[in-house]
Amino acid sequence: MSFEMFLQHCFNALTLGSLYALIAIGYTMVYGILRLINFAHGDILMVGAYFIFFGTFAFGWPWAVAAVISVLAAGLLGVIIDRVAYKPLRDAPRISALISAIAVSFLIESLAVVIFTGQPRPVLQPEWLTNAWQIGNLRITHLAAFVPGMTIILVCILLYIVYRTKPGLAMRAISKDIETTRLLGVKVDNVIALTFGLGSALAAAAGIMWALRYPQVHPYMGVMPGLKAFIAAVFGGIGSIEGAVLGGVALGFVEIMTVAFMPELSGYRDAFAFILLVLVLLVKPTGLLGERMEEKI
Amino acid sequence: MLEIKDLHVRYGGIQAVQGVSLSIPHGAIVTLIGANGAGKSSIIRSVAGLNKTISGEILFRRHAGEEAVSLMGLRPEEMVRRGIALSPEGRRILPHLTVEENLHLGAYSRDDKDGIAEDMEWVYTLFPRLRERSWQKGGTLSGGEQQMLAVGRALMSRPDLLMLDEPSLGLAPLLVREIFGIIRKINEDGKTVLLVEQNAYAALSVANYAYILEVGRVVLEGPGRELLEDPKVKEAYLGG
Repeated sequence: MSFEMFLQHCFNALTLGSLYALIAIGYTMVYGILRLINFAHGDILMVGAYFIFFGTFAFGWPWAVAAVISVLAAGLLGVIIDRVAYKPLRDAPRISALISAIAVSFLIESLAVVIFTGQPRPVLQPEWLTNAWQIGNLRITHLAAFVPGMTIILVCILLYIVYRTKPGLAMRAISKDIETTRLLGVKVDNVIALTFGLGSALAAAAGIMWALRYPQVHPYMGVMPGLKAFIAAVFGGIGSIEGAVLGGVALGFVEIMTVAFMPELSGYRDAFAFILLVLVLLVKPTGLLGERMEEKI
Repeated sequence: MLEIKDLHVRYGGIQAVQGVSLSIPHGAIVTLIGANGAGKSSIIRSVAGLNKTISGEILFRRHAGEEAVSLMGLRPEEMVRRGIALSPEGRRILPHLTVEENLHLGAYSRDDKDGIAEDMEWVYTLFPRLRERSWQKGGTLSGGEQQMLAVGRALMSRPDLLMLDEPSLGLAPLLVREIFGIIRKINEDGKTVLLVEQNAYAALSVANYAYILEVGRVVLEGPGRELLEDPKVKEAYLGG
């Protein structure tokens, strides 16, 4: 493989990994405070992509405007899902919320099929993103720079919220001891809602960029990215935001590079992620940056 | 300030508290003492809104002369906004947050930046060791320092009623004396204190008034000094 090819693959891996990272953050944050795997998370990605599809096509909004509105709307949807599907089950056994999450996932997907039909639809790609820089044999689309760049900005905003603001402090406290946090006057349900909102907004941002990279939307487009991002979150250490970012980027590289170096295995591309999951669970179940979490009693 | 009338607390099938009535006057230190399982913690956890299956009446008057309001059915996060703070049993500090962050969390219900800074200063004056360790993670503190942090954190909501659940638990005698000295100082600074203790001697020494509980009922009550001299109390709780 030529060096240029290798660099090309690196950019691809970074783009894909950034998207996994953005989605994985939502899984890891919700798990961190509720010990719940939010299986509907991947579907938020799809909803975000549909929002921008309709924003640009049906309403004719400029892409950037439609993107911002889609992200906000998806954040709101995350809050609503929490209120309707998870909040009533807060004191129930954890498995109940998990089942509810699976139900929400199916509900969103099926509703999307009913409302948007199962037909994949092409997505508008703004010109400034499809252009590319040509450096020798290396061709880098603006998108390959935009996605990681946007991811860095979004992650920085998120880290600022989590580590430098009052609600962020409450989030970190809830993840260790929800009862004590409540005792100190934190309105825990509001903080949980904010967590769902932030996670869903990031998933929608990923969905919008996913639709730029693979320029179409369909009701099941969130399933596979969602599953893989979940793997990335486990790989990085579920509960840790930094771990989710690291896990996402690492998974992007694993996937792209295995196919790049062993093209004959490209049909098994999706399988690599799951093999990685099995290996992580066997060798280091807490993931790269995860700390051992004692079971909550 | 706090009036508890005929309180019953159930956990599953167990009656942890069976008809307890207490009265905590403004400005006092009142203590509940008794053995493990006597229902002391259940009572203050009920006041803090942490127990759901309770009956009876809990009336609270933040300032003397005010109309009393019922605390029954209120959620724990509403209590600090009404002027009641609990430093829970086992300290429950957040080990992954710094000392300063733990204290800020205690002030979560407040928005007055200047007031918070003032109280932070006050807590650091009460517990100079917390100031030295303000950037350390809570989990790296010693047991005594964690207890100080738990008390300081409860103070950060600027409560009028401070409830302490077993502040002496697991501490060396010298530290127990230090903590109780500080409790007295907090009281002198104008806070009413409701203290739950197994260490009867230390608790009775600081308390204006004390209730002794056995299996969910008050069996004896009186001023702290008097109970210290009471032969029955001496035999049962002070080691004869």
